[in-house]
Amino acid sequence: MPNISSGPRVGLFVTCLADMFRPSVAFSTVKLLEQAGCKAEVPERQTCCGQPAFNSGDRKTTADIARQTIDAFDGYEYVVGPSGSCIGMLHYYPEVFAPSDSYYQRALELKNRSFEITSFLFDVIGMDSLQEQLRQLQFNHKVTYHDSCSGLRQLGIKQQPRQLLQQVQGVELEEMEEAETCCGFGGTFCVKYPEISNRMVSNKSEFISNTGAHTVLGGDLGCLLNMAGKLKREGKQVEARHIVEVLAGMTDTPAIGEADYGLAQQL
Amino acid sequence: MSRAEILGNIRRGLNRSEADTERQQAVQNRLACKPSNLIPQRAQLPAAEQVELFKTMASEAVSELIELDRFDQVPSACADWLSSQGIRELVSASNSELRELDWSPLAQQQIEKTERVAQAGDLASLTLSFAGIAETGTLMLHSGEQSPTTLNFLPDNHLVVLYRSAIVGVYEEAWKTLREKFGDTMPRTVNMITGPSRSADIEQKLQMGAHGPKKLVILLIND
Amino acid sequence: MQINTPFFKQRAHDALADANLQKALGNLKAGFPEKRAIAVSRMPEFEQLRDQGRDLKNHILEHLDLYLEEFERKVIENGGHVHWARTADDANRIILDICQQVDAKTVTKGKSMVTEEIGLNDFLEANGVQPVETDLGEYILQLRHDHPSHIIAPAIHLNLEDVSEAFHANHHRPKSSDPAVLMQEAREVLREKFVAADVGITGANFCVAETGSTIIVTNEGNGDLTQTLPKTHVVVTSIEKVVPTLEDMTLFLRLLARSATGQEFSVYNTLSSGPRREGDQDGPENFHVVLVDNGRSEMVGSEFQDMLRCIRCSACMNHCPVYGAVGGHSYGWVYPGPMGSVLTPQMIGIEKGGMLPNASTFCGKCESVCPVRIPLPKLMRHWREDEFEKHLQPKAARYGLAGWAFLAKRPALYKPYTRMASWMMKAWAGKNGRIRTLPLAGGWTDWRDMPAPQGKTFMQAWKEQQKAGGQQ
Repeated sequence: MPNISSGPRVGLFVTCLADMFRPSVAFSTVKLLEQAGCKAEVPERQTCCGQPAFNSGDRKTTADIARQTIDAFDGYEYVVGPSGSCIGMLHYYPEVFAPSDSYYQRALELKNRSFEITSFLFDVIGMDSLQEQLRQLQFNHKVTYHDSCSGLRQLGIKQQPRQLLQQVQGVELEEMEEAETCCGFGGTFCVKYPEISNRMVSNKSEFISNTGAHTVLGGDLGCLLNMAGKLKREGKQVEARHIVEVLAGMTDTPAIGEADYGLAQQL
Repeated sequence: MSRAEILGNIRRGLNRSEADTERQQAVQNRLACKPSNLIPQRAQLPAAEQVELFKTMASEAVSELIELDRFDQVPSACADWLSSQGIRELVSASNSELRELDWSPLAQQQIEKTERVAQAGDLASLTLSFAGIAETGTLMLHSGEQSPTTLNFLPDNHLVVLYRSAIVGVYEEAWKTLREKFGDTMPRTVNMITGPSRSADIEQKLQMGAHGPKKLVILLIND
Repeated sequence: MQINTPFFKQRAHDALADANLQKALGNLKAGFPEKRAIAVSRMPEFEQLRDQGRDLKNHILEHLDLYLEEFERKVIENGGHVHWARTADDANRIILDICQQVDAKTVTKGKSMVTEEIGLNDFLEANGVQPVETDLGEYILQLRHDHPSHIIAPAIHLNLEDVSEAFHANHHRPKSSDPAVLMQEAREVLREKFVAADVGITGANFCVAETGSTIIVTNEGNGDLTQTLPKTHVVVTSIEKVVPTLEDMTLFLRLLARSATGQEFSVYNTLSSGPRREGDQDGPENFHVVLVDNGRSEMVGSEFQDMLRCIRCSACMNHCPVYGAVGGHSYGWVYPGPMGSVLTPQMIGIEKGGMLPNASTFCGKCESVCPVRIPLPKLMRHWREDEFEKHLQPKAARYGLAGWAFLAKRPALYKPYTRMASWMMKAWAGKNGRIRTLPLAGGWTDWRDMPAPQGKTFMQAWKEQQKAGGQQ
């Protein structure tokens, strides 16, 4: 095992959806960070990245939450989270403050040390340090990968998850049609314009199932909840997981939206 | 009224006054120096390769190419092409160059040649191209006393003479040549034409021959 | 044109249920994005061209007043006339006036979105001048008393059968369902119109200050016949279309066709520089340019200035998943898709246009294909800020946001709340792992299941784990 104490101190940005819906995604992220030699910590004062306020036009609330997040992650060498969308929001913080605001510089500086997890592993840590561990993993399934919008277009995440995934034994990656097209989640969009959102996720569901994949993977829980919810509603047999679950070898939990047989036994 | 309001609004928005010499200088400089923007590598080629690129791109745009060794072969080439289409008439631009050719090959195939502007119902026209642009296989024509614009658009078939030596790599070179010829005042119209008319307005499926010529034939003279 | 933008949701609902429209929209992807991708791949410098396009437009906007004056000076020097129209009404009156001066009965029209914006056709018709649209798509729409649903493919919402019926009803010829026959039919019918028209009205893709030229970019050749055959040519365009030189126009031409139709170059790129010259055998005797403002000059210096870079290529709507789902008519006014979602509130007011900038997932695809790199999602967000400040958003959304914000700003309250919410949803789901109906979340559960939370929140589980670790 790498020496944990000597590695960089990384603040985990948990994200609301991982916190509430799928803690296993955050645990997987912690595990990956530790395997990469980092000391992962979870700042207590974090809540949400502020995206709902930002995209609803509420600049004041956005700035309040941005200040809170900047303070919470002060002093960490890196800030890493399992979402291109939420980390992308951290990258918007400089836009929220006037250059004269004392938080403006701190926002810029936070932006420069904030990374989405697959980008952090691939671009910052580097494949050389990860290959050995990833190659010990097994995931004997055909998978397809959905590129979430913010990660793809704002942060340039495309090859990183695929490169990491291909180190895992047994993974067969089959690209879907329009992998880069929005799934229709869009935060509050999916409830403000449910019918349009439904059309978009219906298309996505079809493209996913056309690949014949056993599992659809992605890097953002918002999209994954949306896609999994649609696949389940349509009775399709495709499972949905966050990519970190596969990369951390933590696929023993039920997939997103799957029945929790463990719980049934407990009850 | 409107003019002053619009310009006033713009200046207010920019927070600049009319008598802003710095901005005026910038504008005059750009208009005088006409700096080129990025010019794609594609067409920055030796002359011979430019011609090849022109031919490739013109064919891709569904222009027909007929290569001739000499200018005086134009009448027989026109006669042959028109006969192959069953066309018995040709409306020509009134260029002195074209006029001075020996047009007997047309008469031999009972094809009537006239010089005038185009009319609805004309089947074929013949004009002379000012330049060919290799980058996209584009012809550049301009209006003038001897070259009515209607000939480029109204007839069903458009035959255009292009000298190999008039082929340039990129649009920018054609603008330079045009300025050399016309100075500060442009001809009334400059037409850049890349293939025959087409439309995809019905179900996004491309159909050739919408309102302009259904066929564009380039008579390329290897001078 | 009637404003139906406030009914966006209902129109989108109808559009999604309209099988014919959905079939027609299915043509979009092969028609545009796939062709653009090929054209871009053949031009290795395309991204640099986009950078230059953005920078050059920014330069123009910083000097817009001066370039407009230069353009005007040169048009007059060429023997043309320039008219400035502050509003749509001003523009319509100017154009009618020109038509009446030459006693015009019919005018032919090349494709022009600015004339849609000002509602020119209805105005001319009401004043005894008959406009005839000559672009094939626009012509089809005029026969059907319909409006464009796309800025360069106006009839994209129609199928072959619709065209076939419209032609049969109007042309009194045998009904055909062969697109080639239909196009030939339009060609023949419109040829008479071109020749008979007193005035030809076109738009302009760019206005060149250096030469006083306007340029139109078309594939059909209708614009050229429109502007060459009648005695009077009127160019109706807007103030942001001016470019300094022919070289600068060239940069935008390299971007335009590739972004729009995925062509290397459109078939006809035609410069018009004034009326017929002495000795010319054809061409218009009168040349007018109408420069329309209609709200644009107010965008200069505002947070929406970037929108004035738009060259109307349609790439944003061609790639937009929302446009692809609901089509252009859902947007309820002239400009659809992402560019319309930014422009429409400017032109009809945010009170009526607010639906549009909200109807976006901010997926960013539009910005990623924009030839002049307009940050469309950011501009849509600016409209949402405007709405927020004016309290225009629905009450439920505002209170929901305020409640969430209250918690998100208070970590000590946020944590127990999320713990409780996760627990409740988990309990509601039972052992199914998903929820089929959830009170207050019908927007979600009407259409898809809600995957259930795993149980504890991460913050809770992490704390417990740390504590246990500490005890070891």
